[in-house]
Amino acid sequence: MANLIKGNTGDWEVVIGLEVHAQVSSKAKLFSGAATAFGAGPNEQVSLVDAAMPGMLPVINKECVRQAVRTGLAMGCAINLKSVFARKNYFYADLPQGYQISQYELPVVGEGEITIDLEDGESKQVGIERLHLEQDAGKSIHDQDPTKSYIDLNRSGVALMEIVSKPDMRSADEAAAYVTKLRSILRYIGACDGNMAEGSMRADVNISVRRPGEPLGTRAELKNINSIRFIRQAVDYEVKRQIMLIEDGGEVVQETRLFDSIKGETRSMRSKEDAHDYRYFPDPDLLPLVIESAFVEEMKGTLPELPDTKKDRFISDFGLSAYDAGVLVSERETASYYEAVAAKADPKLAANWVISELFGRLNKAGKDITDSPVSPENLGNLLSLISDNTISGKIAKEVFNEMFETGKDAKDIVEEKGLKQITDTGAIEAIVDGIIANSPGQVEQYRSGKTGLIGWFVGQVMKETQGKANPGVVNQLLKSKLEG
Amino acid sequence: MTKLTDLTIAQARDGLRAKEFSAVELTDAYIAAVESSRPLNAFITETPEIARDMAKKSDARIADGSAGAMEGMPIGMKDLFCTEGTLTTAASHILDGFKPQYESTISKNLWDAGAVMLGKMNLDEFAMGSANITSYYGNVVNPWKREGDDTDLVPGGSSGGSSAAVAAHSVIAATGTDTGGSIRQPAAFTGIVGFKPTYGRCSRWGVVAFASSLDQAGPMTRDVRDSAIMLGAMAGHDPKDSTSADIAVPDFEAALTGDVKGLRIGIPKEYRMDGMPAEIEKIWDQGIAWLKDAGAEIVEVSLPHTKYALPAYYIIAPAEASSNLARYDGVRYGLREEGKDLIEMYENTRAAGFGAEVKRRVLIGTYVLSAGYYDAYYLKAQRVRSRIVDDFKKAWNSCDLLLTPATPSAAFGAGENQDDPLAMYLNDVFTVPASLAGLPGIAVPAGLDSKGLPLGLQLLGRPFDEETVLRGAHVLEQQAGFNAKPQFLA
Repeated sequence: MANLIKGNTGDWEVVIGLEVHAQVSSKAKLFSGAATAFGAGPNEQVSLVDAAMPGMLPVINKECVRQAVRTGLAMGCAINLKSVFARKNYFYADLPQGYQISQYELPVVGEGEITIDLEDGESKQVGIERLHLEQDAGKSIHDQDPTKSYIDLNRSGVALMEIVSKPDMRSADEAAAYVTKLRSILRYIGACDGNMAEGSMRADVNISVRRPGEPLGTRAELKNINSIRFIRQAVDYEVKRQIMLIEDGGEVVQETRLFDSIKGETRSMRSKEDAHDYRYFPDPDLLPLVIESAFVEEMKGTLPELPDTKKDRFISDFGLSAYDAGVLVSERETASYYEAVAAKADPKLAANWVISELFGRLNKAGKDITDSPVSPENLGNLLSLISDNTISGKIAKEVFNEMFETGKDAKDIVEEKGLKQITDTGAIEAIVDGIIANSPGQVEQYRSGKTGLIGWFVGQVMKETQGKANPGVVNQLLKSKLEG
Repeated sequence: MTKLTDLTIAQARDGLRAKEFSAVELTDAYIAAVESSRPLNAFITETPEIARDMAKKSDARIADGSAGAMEGMPIGMKDLFCTEGTLTTAASHILDGFKPQYESTISKNLWDAGAVMLGKMNLDEFAMGSANITSYYGNVVNPWKREGDDTDLVPGGSSGGSSAAVAAHSVIAATGTDTGGSIRQPAAFTGIVGFKPTYGRCSRWGVVAFASSLDQAGPMTRDVRDSAIMLGAMAGHDPKDSTSADIAVPDFEAALTGDVKGLRIGIPKEYRMDGMPAEIEKIWDQGIAWLKDAGAEIVEVSLPHTKYALPAYYIIAPAEASSNLARYDGVRYGLREEGKDLIEMYENTRAAGFGAEVKRRVLIGTYVLSAGYYDAYYLKAQRVRSRIVDDFKKAWNSCDLLLTPATPSAAFGAGENQDDPLAMYLNDVFTVPASLAGLPGIAVPAGLDSKGLPLGLQLLGRPFDEETVLRGAHVLEQQAGFNAKPQFLA
């Protein structure tokens, strides 16, 4: 078992389960018509329902149900044709109703499974326990006034999908890979924009440790972690904390903890004893959510090719390595970009160029692939110029830089700058002859055994041809002349 | 000529059509009646200026031929319905100063049909009560008195302001809401007609919620025809209420055929309870005889789970209320009593803002939903509710309507029932089962007791069969010929 952690008193196994809250990409909230766009001014996107004015009633937003069902299907989950919205009762200033409408006993989506991709190229199945729809709360802002808290209800009532995994993960890497895959699936199907920085996706991480083979240990829940990097850090910290605690003779208590990303540590928020009694009961303002099986079928038809299927296809159709295929399918936009390039050029070459050259330039420029100044068609054209020996790979990089900066066509740049490769053997031979004639010292050294000097000769030829000489021809000519 | 305020909706409609008087004249007569009936404390807010303005518009619509079904009818709006720009209190201190930015669907429907708002009617706080003695704005007084006894009597509750005002002719009709009997019981106590339609018939949008799965709005009127007219204006599918039924609204008035021949009237044997006053039994038997005389067929039926209805109701309704009332927290509107921190502010606000009965029900509701008690109370009560629904379903195999007493007694004096909340809860014993089953039920005045107080009978019908209920009620009304008037008339 690769994932065991060595403690002072022996090995420990880590057990992790996640509850991911993913904001549904819907224009309106779960039970009101108010808008959901990020970045609006405080309390600008609040309806009478969101503010829990007296007599206001929730009406389910069908788009949110659609996205929940599609997400369930994309994770291979069972869809519950009848589910029930329940009220989770607690008081807080940014929870206007005094309860959150959620799903408790009967969620809209039941069990399923997703495949996570690990860095060593291995993959692993992680079980999904359920997915349910619920309302988000508003936001309390405590640092604007010494005596008052401010409340922003823009998020109040926004639709969230809570996706609960089974406790199937055994390391921070697996937890990170799970969230990465989940995010990828959600973005593929358009159910959630996956933007963790804006809070569209956040995770509660349940962690416990145990001796291998023993029953589950007591878990701590780390709340509201909003980046994959923080998930790793939080898990690592918490695992160490729990192991040290137990090894020092202590006991892990069931509690909710907060991850402080600045200090890189977790801190206790509230213990089990302080836990609320939420007094869940079916929301009498809403009828049970009944879905027709025809609707589920219809939703199946709306799903795009999902990342796992696409990855398999890239491997089998394009001969890519699992790693490259994994990188290329992680975002739907990247995959389509790659496919468009691969349609015009050698797929393996295309993969290399997209992953190293394009990603590199995009990163540097801080751009998304959707804003790439080089269109996939244009990149494909460039790569075919390499394949048909019009230009060398080295020249191609120059051309690519130019393309990235100007958005011009590859062919035009090659024409304009006269970068076409010289493959005319006669022309190259003349240059080679000239260099050999002008470098008697180097020729002698080469002939006396310093064959490494071939590189120097090639360099001279390239210098004279501004790199346009076909390297294969140059090499062949030089060798035959120097040795001849 | 009869006083304008003595006219029913149907009569006033004819008068307006025939141009015998204008809507403004009718409204002015009622504004005066509202003023003269202030001793009843039936209103929380009087809105005479709004009324005159609406009446003028009614006259204009009557003149151009676009009059609605309730055109020019000066009504009272139970202060549980949110009215845009007009104080809406639910008779609670906690909604101090709350003026909604929106109009409830029911009140909007009524205004759209031409009705005129005289004001907001007093009620039990958050509609919790059966005597209108829990209002922050004071008790409502029943316009009826016992013969030779000047004791103030309660008008029933929770729609006590509505019932008192309709009975005293200070409004032509009023809206009520009924959760466990809050329309029917006060109607019976004041000698008027109160009709709770099927759950889902009237939108709950904009009605301050008490118990969402039970709350239903309905008309409170002088006679059955007026209830038919007014319900027609109130009812209809509302996409803003997920529990509103997408069912066409029939012409309720057309259902009043005066004919019940062959209609099967079920008499539920379990409603003959131990210790039921002889006078109640007598009026019930009288009702049976009247309907039989009119050609209806009387059948005995059994509703075996009836005795569990009241306990189930007093679990389910408080459970929902405890959650529905959580929003009154002092953060966004209404009363706020400051505290050293958020929790203390909640505590101070809710302690000051809610009255004793509301607190009692919030506590009961919180208790029955708590971990460890949920199954034994809430879940069990829901099971009982299903049994009660089934009881009625079975009964409909052998009858078309059920006839029962509306209340176990006539109106009582404020304070006479007050020391024991449980005795007070018994007021709803005949009305609660139909509430749990969501059925339409109407209270019709049937006669006077030995002390001269009105007694009502209740007819219950199948879901969304308000037409048969109204048809039966209309015949019952004709047979009873109830025309007694309260001692206090505006």
